[in-house]
Amino acid sequence: MRRKLVLLLALFSFAPGAGSAAPVKTIVLDGSTTVGPIAKSFATYFTRKYGVRVSVSESGSGNGAKSLINGSCSIATLSRPMKSAELAAARTKGVNPVANIVAMDGLAVVLHPGNPVRNLTKAQISSIYSGRITNWKQVGGPNSNIVVIQRESNSGTAESFKDLVVGKGVQIKGSAETQSSNGSVKNRVSSTLTAIGYLGLGFVDRSVKAVSVNGVMPDVKTVRSGTYPVARPLYFYTNGQPAGVIKQFVDLPKTEAGKGMISELGFVNR
Amino acid sequence: MAEERGGNPTRTNTFVVSDRKRSVQKAVKTAGELLLLALASFVAIVVLFIFYFVARDAVPFFELRGFSEFFTTTEWYPADDPGKFGALSIIYGSLMVTMGSALIAVPMGIAAAICLSDILPFSIRQYAKPVIEMLAAIPSVAYGFFALVVLAPLLQDNGGPLLMWAWWILAAPFMVLLVVVLADLVTTRIEDSARRKQLNVVLAVLFGLLAAFFLYRVGTLLHAVEILTGTNALNVSIILSFMALPTIVSVSEDALQAVGRDIREGSYALGATRAETIVKTVLPAASSGILAAVILGIMRSLGETMVVWMASGNSAHIPEPWFNYLEAIRTLTATIAGDMGEADQVTGSARYHVLFAMGLLLLVISFICNLVSERIVVRQRKILSGQ
Repeated sequence: MRRKLVLLLALFSFAPGAGSAAPVKTIVLDGSTTVGPIAKSFATYFTRKYGVRVSVSESGSGNGAKSLINGSCSIATLSRPMKSAELAAARTKGVNPVANIVAMDGLAVVLHPGNPVRNLTKAQISSIYSGRITNWKQVGGPNSNIVVIQRESNSGTAESFKDLVVGKGVQIKGSAETQSSNGSVKNRVSSTLTAIGYLGLGFVDRSVKAVSVNGVMPDVKTVRSGTYPVARPLYFYTNGQPAGVIKQFVDLPKTEAGKGMISELGFVNR
Repeated sequence: MAEERGGNPTRTNTFVVSDRKRSVQKAVKTAGELLLLALASFVAIVVLFIFYFVARDAVPFFELRGFSEFFTTTEWYPADDPGKFGALSIIYGSLMVTMGSALIAVPMGIAAAICLSDILPFSIRQYAKPVIEMLAAIPSVAYGFFALVVLAPLLQDNGGPLLMWAWWILAAPFMVLLVVVLADLVTTRIEDSARRKQLNVVLAVLFGLLAAFFLYRVGTLLHAVEILTGTNALNVSIILSFMALPTIVSVSEDALQAVGRDIREGSYALGATRAETIVKTVLPAASSGILAAVILGIMRSLGETMVVWMASGNSAHIPEPWFNYLEAIRTLTATIAGDMGEADQVTGSARYHVLFAMGLLLLVISFICNLVSERIVVRQRKILSGQ
């Protein structure tokens, strides 16, 4: 299974033999769909500037961690820190994951633009996701049932959301719908009047409406200052301290060009 | 076959075959047979290997967690610590959309096949069949995209009226048929033909009014239905039925064609009408082939992944009430596709192996379906040839 996965990933990234052992001609990135836009614009920039091919796959943070551990990617993009179980698995395989923070990301709680609700508290959001609140009128909206949309279990966004908002030990209700990417959550929320979902800040646009959480609107300022309660760092994980082209790539967020790209995509520079 | 191929050229050249030639022929024949045997058994071996490898990774799950949690509870939280692996709601979701799509696709598919093989003229059938078969060539991700982006918002915004129109279009012809047949049945005993006709008309009007009222009542009820979420079991059932249709139409049309002109003409010669010929002669004769078509179509729905992953809503719960097709559900295939990503090294092995348990379950279900259909086909053939 694992070998097949590696093969598949190699096929996807058009970079056979891009494992950690081979000399790096192509940088292979795999992981979070949230970090995806940053990784892709970095990749375009990097290829143009240094002539190094960069391939980016977005299969979820969990898959990214797995690819790094299997040696099928050189940089894993994660929207959450690696878990202890993943770190342990990495050690048994002789991989030493090193976290490099790329940017900060706020998780915006989004509703359909036609929904009059403007503010929710963390407790309300948690109750909505656990199923204690099922109707919008319970939080000051119209009398209609809430369609709860979450991300699948591969998603780092989902895990961050669960840790930061829903709370440990609280179970998200079984009837919550599950979507596989930020884009499809946005699509579902923008086409469903009674839906609630959550997105990385960079994905919020006019098709959905972000609500303020505990009275704080999610934007670049509140995320950077830490007043917005649902924010998290995004990571590039490398095997060992980055060196050579990989170091150049990982250090892009420290350059002016990198910072420009990050803020242009709606993420927040550290 | 190998014998014929080896035998033919020499037979034309000389009648007497030398020993050398004969031994060469024999070797070629054996080699050919072995090659064919190897190819045939390769397919069987592939199936066995898939079974073996899926089962090998599925068994540890049952060793770890036992059977009862998986088959009898509905709480699916594989990512929690400790995880909960109740797959009942997911199994139910799979069966639900499979049933739903079969309910739509089977009557439609068989009707279309009958229409193609026995009613439409050849010149139209020539073009219609390839067009229907083209449905099978559309990639499932395109279907899924359509379901998510077009059908789901449509159902959400105009769900009630759409349901009402679907009800009218589907039920109205049946009602007309029912009214006519009922009126005929009631009046069939009356001897006087003039009076019978009169009474027939009166009854038909009466029944027709009743039927129209019934249609209207159900229609208004459906019109008032509000669909909360468009990514639901109904959406997926509709799309899956379209994916199963080409298989059902194409295979059952072939079965109907295989019945043969002589049987149809025999039926006509005995004075049967076209309807009687189709219903009483052609359909029973082709029933085994049609059944095979239906099973193939159902398997297509059961095994489909991309569409359900995109458009079923993926919520692991049994709808309230249980037949509510307007709620989001989650299927076995979508769960395997969606949860595979982080399953293997993170929360220990149960989370990884449970997906293989689901895969094994799917395999077993389709295996049983195949066996049953095989049995029915064989029995049908025996009955038909016996009479």
